Amino acid sequence: MEHTSLLERILRGIALTLVVIFFMFPIVWIFMMSFQTNETILRIPPQLIFEPTLANYTALITGKLMTAAGTLDIAFMRNLGNSVFLSVTSVAVSLLLGVPAAYAFARHKFRGSEDIAFTLLSFKFAPALLVLLPLTLYFQKLGLANTYIGLIWVYQLICLPLILWIVRGYFEDIPADIEYAYRIGGHSWFATFRKIALPLAGPGIAAAGLLAFIFAWNNFVFALVLASADKQPVTVGALAFITSSGIQYGQISAAIVLSITPTLALALYAQRYLVEGLSLGAVKG
Amino acid sequence: MSLSALTISGVDKFYGPIDRGVHAVKNLTMEIGKGEIVALLGSSGCGKTSTLRMIAGFEEVSRGAISVGGRQVHTLPPVKRNVAMAFEGYSLYPPLTVRENMAFALKAARLPKSEVDAKVASIAKLLEIEDILERYPSSISGGQQQRASLGRALIREADLHLLDEPMGQLEPQLRAVLRGRIKHFIKERGLTAILVTHDQTEANALADRIAVMEGGVLQQFDTPERIKERPANLFTGTFVGEPPMNVFEAYVATAAGRINLKLPDGLSLDYDKDAFSAPVRDQLLSRERVVIGIRPYAVRRSREGVPARVSANQWLGDQTHIAADFAGGSLVLVEHDRTRLDLGAPINVSIDPKNLHVFDQASGKAISHGMELA
Repeated sequence: MEHTSLLERILRGIALTLVVIFFMFPIVWIFMMSFQTNETILRIPPQLIFEPTLANYTALITGKLMTAAGTLDIAFMRNLGNSVFLSVTSVAVSLLLGVPAAYAFARHKFRGSEDIAFTLLSFKFAPALLVLLPLTLYFQKLGLANTYIGLIWVYQLICLPLILWIVRGYFEDIPADIEYAYRIGGHSWFATFRKIALPLAGPGIAAAGLLAFIFAWNNFVFALVLASADKQPVTVGALAFITSSGIQYGQISAAIVLSITPTLALALYAQRYLVEGLSLGAVKG
Repeated sequence: MSLSALTISGVDKFYGPIDRGVHAVKNLTMEIGKGEIVALLGSSGCGKTSTLRMIAGFEEVSRGAISVGGRQVHTLPPVKRNVAMAFEGYSLYPPLTVRENMAFALKAARLPKSEVDAKVASIAKLLEIEDILERYPSSISGGQQQRASLGRALIREADLHLLDEPMGQLEPQLRAVLRGRIKHFIKERGLTAILVTHDQTEANALADRIAVMEGGVLQQFDTPERIKERPANLFTGTFVGEPPMNVFEAYVATAAGRINLKLPDGLSLDYDKDAFSAPVRDQLLSRERVVIGIRPYAVRRSREGVPARVSANQWLGDQTHIAADFAGGSLVLVEHDRTRLDLGAPINVSIDPKNLHVFDQASGKAISHGMELA
């Protein structure tokens, strides 16, 4: 154990506190705003003491937004459902396609394998808007515009390269001889993939899946262009809070709190799993 | 050798395209009998591990055929070849304990649990790993992992046991003990084993026959005794044996009924013509230049003889290795007593023609060993 003086520990504590306050401030502020009405939010100077109200959450959950101009229907819960559905399905499809592909790229060097892997990665290079314009035209011709299938397909541009490249690295880290040892012991190629390679790369697959989920969840522009109101995720749905009678800060904050909750929960849960997976000392030579 | 356990015929291995890639194994042909222990001996990159992996099915055979127990296997996947293997990098399954790792190999064979337990216990005792059976691979030392990996291979009943550097990580004492036990184990059960090693002591101690490989080519495949006494070529001669064979180029000359092997620096080994057997003498006299090899144990110090100058003198506890400047090169001789010789001291050495290995100067092929033709 390294010896640290009292002063050092105090200074370190202060520094850490400052960093935490800096990074947590927006989230805490949004959390507090979500319990306030527009009037209390827009008070000058801003005050820390206020009377909390659940009106914002009620409005979101019931789907009735009260504004000065009257009652507006708001599809936030539906947007949230869309977000969950789109992200989960996209990541699932990506894992299904990407993990076996990553294994193939890691284990079997065939003619052009590097080129194919790189092409898949290059999907991430093009600016999204550049891709979207032709894609919109194609999708309208194919009848895929404004469908879940079409959106999930486009989301593969986000998820698949990410999963492929991260998971491939994990597979490459597993010594091939471990798999050979299993195969020579009387097991097929597929059993080896399932019983040895997949569990050993598990933490990596979880990490890649989590990252892909967060990217998919936060996506804005694909859904904005390709989906209409009933298929839109929360990122696009939040635009509805900019109403004719002003920006509904309270509801936006409540919406943000609700929409970051799933990713936050998932991240916290997976973090524990990741640490566990890594500390089991996955593979040592 | 009643039945052949493994037949390798005309096998080539190319990494990359055939005939253009790296030629790792060249036209290898060998036959191994049932119940034999064979060592593939060679330095790194000589093709011994490639050969083993082709037998196991992890590397494709570029050309040629491999049969195990009379069955062609070189196109089959590893699972169908019925061979067991211990890997150089151990390759234990990290999430399983040592016991599970070893028992795992038997799972596919669907043996009853009591039998599996008994087998694991007996192999663990053999390899002295009883106390670590419940531990995970990441928490044991390299030597222990290696023994667990060896156990995982030996526990299986297979047509062929392939052992890749099976004892490289063990301490010398343990290695010596285990060598004996493993040999006994393999012989008792009539298993056929091929081990890859670069340690000639291990090859000599374990193997019935040794296949010496270099540059992807099988140099010699014979018993340890014959490899030592009758090396087929200059490579085998200098590679096998510790300290290595002394080698010098020599011109063959005759003068006054004597054969002179003229060495560099104006030195010469003179022998009476009758000191050689007739066929060896004829071979020698038919050539102008040869390469002669002398084992360090066969070099004697004598009062008359060819002069040399001591350049190093090491007492190894049970023998003395003396290196001397000789004929433009270095000559090593071994003596069993502790010899006090200062650096630079002049000595004279003589070499009995019975201990002379003669090789062809151009091809390196052996011509004669002592009184016999190769």
